[in-house]
Amino acid sequence: MEITRYRIIFSGSGGQGLVSAAIILAEAAVLHENLEAVQSQSYGAAARGGATRADVIIADGPINMPKIAQPGILICMTQEAYNKFSGLIRPGGLLISDKKFVKITQRVDARQIELPLYQTVVEEIGNPVVLNICVLGALIGMRGIVKKGSVEKVLADKFPPAFMAGNQMALDIGFEMGFDYAQ
Amino acid sequence: MAKKITFVQGNEACALGAMYAGLDFYAGYPITPSTEIAETLAVTMPAAGKKFIQMEDEISSMCAIIGASLTGNKVLTATSGPGFSLMQEALGYAVMAEIPCVVVNVQRGGPSTGNPTHVSQGDVNQARWGTHGDHSIVALSASNHQDVFRMTVEAFNIAEIYRTPVILLFDEVIGHMREKLIVPEEGEIPLVARLRTSLKEGVNYHPYLPREDGRLPMSDFGDVHRFNVTGLYHDMWGFPTDKPELVQDLLRHQINKIENNVHKMTFYKSYFLEDARTVLISYGSAARSALSVVKQRRNRGESIGLLELNTIWPFPAELVRECTQHADLVAVVEMNVGQLTQSVRLAVGDQQEVHLINRVDGQMIIDKDIKKILRILQGRGI
Repeated sequence: MEITRYRIIFSGSGGQGLVSAAIILAEAAVLHENLEAVQSQSYGAAARGGATRADVIIADGPINMPKIAQPGILICMTQEAYNKFSGLIRPGGLLISDKKFVKITQRVDARQIELPLYQTVVEEIGNPVVLNICVLGALIGMRGIVKKGSVEKVLADKFPPAFMAGNQMALDIGFEMGFDYAQ
Repeated sequence: MAKKITFVQGNEACALGAMYAGLDFYAGYPITPSTEIAETLAVTMPAAGKKFIQMEDEISSMCAIIGASLTGNKVLTATSGPGFSLMQEALGYAVMAEIPCVVVNVQRGGPSTGNPTHVSQGDVNQARWGTHGDHSIVALSASNHQDVFRMTVEAFNIAEIYRTPVILLFDEVIGHMREKLIVPEEGEIPLVARLRTSLKEGVNYHPYLPREDGRLPMSDFGDVHRFNVTGLYHDMWGFPTDKPELVQDLLRHQINKIENNVHKMTFYKSYFLEDARTVLISYGSAARSALSVVKQRRNRGESIGLLELNTIWPFPAELVRECTQHADLVAVVEMNVGQLTQSVRLAVGDQQEVHLINRVDGQMIIDKDIKKILRILQGRGI
């Protein structure tokens, strides 16, 4: 049996909700798709405004190593995160960044996709708090790591009903933007 | 009923395990990287009618759980290195007065405030000898959340059976990472209830008079029997004594009840040890990396295996000897300067040279680190 293995790093700044996005992705895999997942985060004095990093590994077998040395997929939501982590990416990997926050400067041996996630969320939903869910939507739209329905189930279980509409919109917007780049 | 699948942090798995084991009373002072244990219990315990108290510090936390245990409760506190240092005096009191309690130490870098948000396994010998005086202690560890849950339940069981403090030595990586936990159904892991005296009110109760099987039935403090509890050497009534024969008997009793039952409280996992010429020994999050190396090397045909220790103290010397006797190379993988390596060396004696594979910079030791050092030890060059 082939073991599918995704090594994904979400990086950005504290308060963007990227650790939450990583947890939601991993929960969707474990709770609704019978996969294994391990999630961890860099843990420093990185509250709102500091650099954050969340690692998620998803596989259909046991996962021993919880930390990622070489991500197959790297998401950068700040310039600082891009500068710091883009060198880690696995050759031939996928780097997703937000057009507003990241100016692509480095030569990276990976497919770099810039998306106007922040701008779209602000224009169509008006509240940047759901940006993290939009990021997650773009990721699964692009790579289909888990089903969109599994993420929706996690969102419904995790947050009060009042937040579902905004999260759903953000997920849909992200998913469509990502799907354009699906392989 | 379908099993309950959760996706939780190691600290949450520990809190869930404690609830499963019948935790009645928690007193603690939050400290990274153990805080989520208190956070989880602060929600679940009051909802289940149990007592949760945030204390002013770790000294009072340890004292509070000792008092609560004496009155008949299953008790827990959780901390990290600096708090664990403060608990040592009262921990010795629990050893001397033979009071069941469970203390979690989610290890971070030390000494002192050290490296609060980063991983270490530097408290292994503090768990063993942190409090003063001759004594034995029980310390358990785990490398995954299923085992964190299981070892937490076993810690409560051992505490009750042997009337001893039990330390759960976890680490920052295990405490903070999230992975799947299948919550065992009720009855799946046997629970040990408090052994209470059958003596009625008005009948003299000797709190420190062992039964034939060595166990000491307890009477809830403040209930029908009056008795003394002290940190001084004491007689069977619990009153202080310095009679040499009683002092020696009590000291031997407290050590023997643990050291004579090592096999009953040894939990471990063996991976590919049957024909292993290279044997790795590890525990906690370091064991995940060691297992990763073993699986990679096995795929390439190397005869290498792993002994993962869930029981660290009392040290399972006999098991370690058995698992290493046919090995050409023995190496301990841990995130300290060789704290358990010393015990492995003592166990193995002249039979084997024991090597240390470690990392002490606050970062988790990973498979690549282990492979680099193994290459040198195996004479393959860098």
